[in-house]
Amino acid sequence: MTTEHTTKRKLKLATTSLAGCFGCHMSFLDMDERLAGLLKHIEFDRSPFTDIKHCGPCDIGLIEGGVCNAENVYVLREFRAQCRILVAVGACAINGGVPAMRNYFDLQDCLEEVYLRGTNVTHPHIPDDPELPLLLDKVYPVGEIVPIDYFLSGCPPSAEAFLQLLQPLLVGEKPQIAKSRLHYD
Amino acid sequence: MTAGNDTIRIDNQEIPFTAGQTIMDAALAAGVYIPHLCHHPGLPPSGNCRLCMVEIGNRSVAACIAAATAGQQIRNDTPELNAARKAITQMLFVEGNHICPSCEKTGNCKLQAMAYHLGMLDDHFPQFYPHRELDASHPDILLDRSRCILCDLCVRASRDVDKKNVFAIAGRGTQAHLIVNTPTGKLVDSPMAKTDLAANICPVGAILIKEKGYEVPIGQRIYDRQTIRDIGLYEQAEEKNKE
Ligand code: SF4
Ligand code: SF4
Repeated sequence: MTTEHTTKRKLKLATTSLAGCFGCHMSFLDMDERLAGLLKHIEFDRSPFTDIKHCGPCDIGLIEGGVCNAENVYVLREFRAQCRILVAVGACAINGGVPAMRNYFDLQDCLEEVYLRGTNVTHPHIPDDPELPLLLDKVYPVGEIVPIDYFLSGCPPSAEAFLQLLQPLLVGEKPQIAKSRLHYD
Repeated sequence: MTAGNDTIRIDNQEIPFTAGQTIMDAALAAGVYIPHLCHHPGLPPSGNCRLCMVEIGNRSVAACIAAATAGQQIRNDTPELNAARKAITQMLFVEGNHICPSCEKTGNCKLQAMAYHLGMLDDHFPQFYPHRELDASHPDILLDRSRCILCDLCVRASRDVDKKNVFAIAGRGTQAHLIVNTPTGKLVDSPMAKTDLAANICPVGAILIKEKGYEVPIGQRIYDRQTIRDIGLYEQAEEKNKE
């Protein structure tokens, strides 16, 4: 019975978007009807698709977005602690992406430019609500904060790229992203 | 079979050469691809990007500046050399700001295509995120040093082909940077024109012709359709046709 249970156990998958635009999650949904097949083998844990707030023990974690604030660090560390396999998904997770373009400038300068000096600013005020997570000095790739097992490039990775990653993982094999499939855009 | 009087051997393939040819020239002419970024057929070699490192015995040499010599036994397409080339490519990425999704050059970029060719999945090294000066002063040409890999191609093209000597590389090590040879240091004060070879040879998105960026949609660009190997061999054939 145990064996049967083990072989049939669905894999647990968690996903999150840190400093990303949710484009990678949208592309995940682009798997369309193939998602139905996937859902025979996986179930979601923490994810924007489930609204579960904390990540339990999981087989696979997908991280979209880089790390721009204190909450991102917390979430990323929780994913690393709970997920057997952690995947950096998309350009922002891999090298910081577009949000990291603020890294060429001083953080205080950025905040002042946007909230105090910027064009059409009517109520100059840098947001300081205690509920807002504090920004980090720079936006970091996830791999600079925790060890990462696989990288899925693309902005966003295509639905096919997600399948190329997930199908081997479902049967316990190492995913190989074909060179001809590699895209950073 | 040993290599003859006027042949070299690259990965077990016998390749003819003529006196004065480099290993790179001979290889490309014979249809053998040696990865390269700072080499361009028709321009004098510079040997700075180190992508074309090959091994002869227990020596490593840059194929673009090493003379072909009878009987050389050369290793080129080996897992070890390609791993080293990937590490070099990763270093080029982290030293600059290569945010491909926001770059006009994406899909037409040789650095990116090289990374695809070598199977680069991540940047591996910590990012520098340097702050480098952007020069948008010229009406037709943009210079974004953020993406410059200091390949020196624009310097050579401007000096040797356009005869305008617009660019130079100043500083050393991590301080090395591309400068414009004008009193203001701005491109607008140089004689550079958008038809110059120097304006069109940049392998990355550091020198861009304005108002052209999105004429070809992403997904239909050069390296969306062909590999850098195909283009590397094609550029050599093109140059030969000119002769
Ligand atoms: S220059 Fe090339 S590698 Fe750099 S951001 Fe642009 S497309 Fe990417
Ligand atoms: S601007 Fe382009 S061509 Fe000139 S050195 Fe930099 S990367 Fe090379």
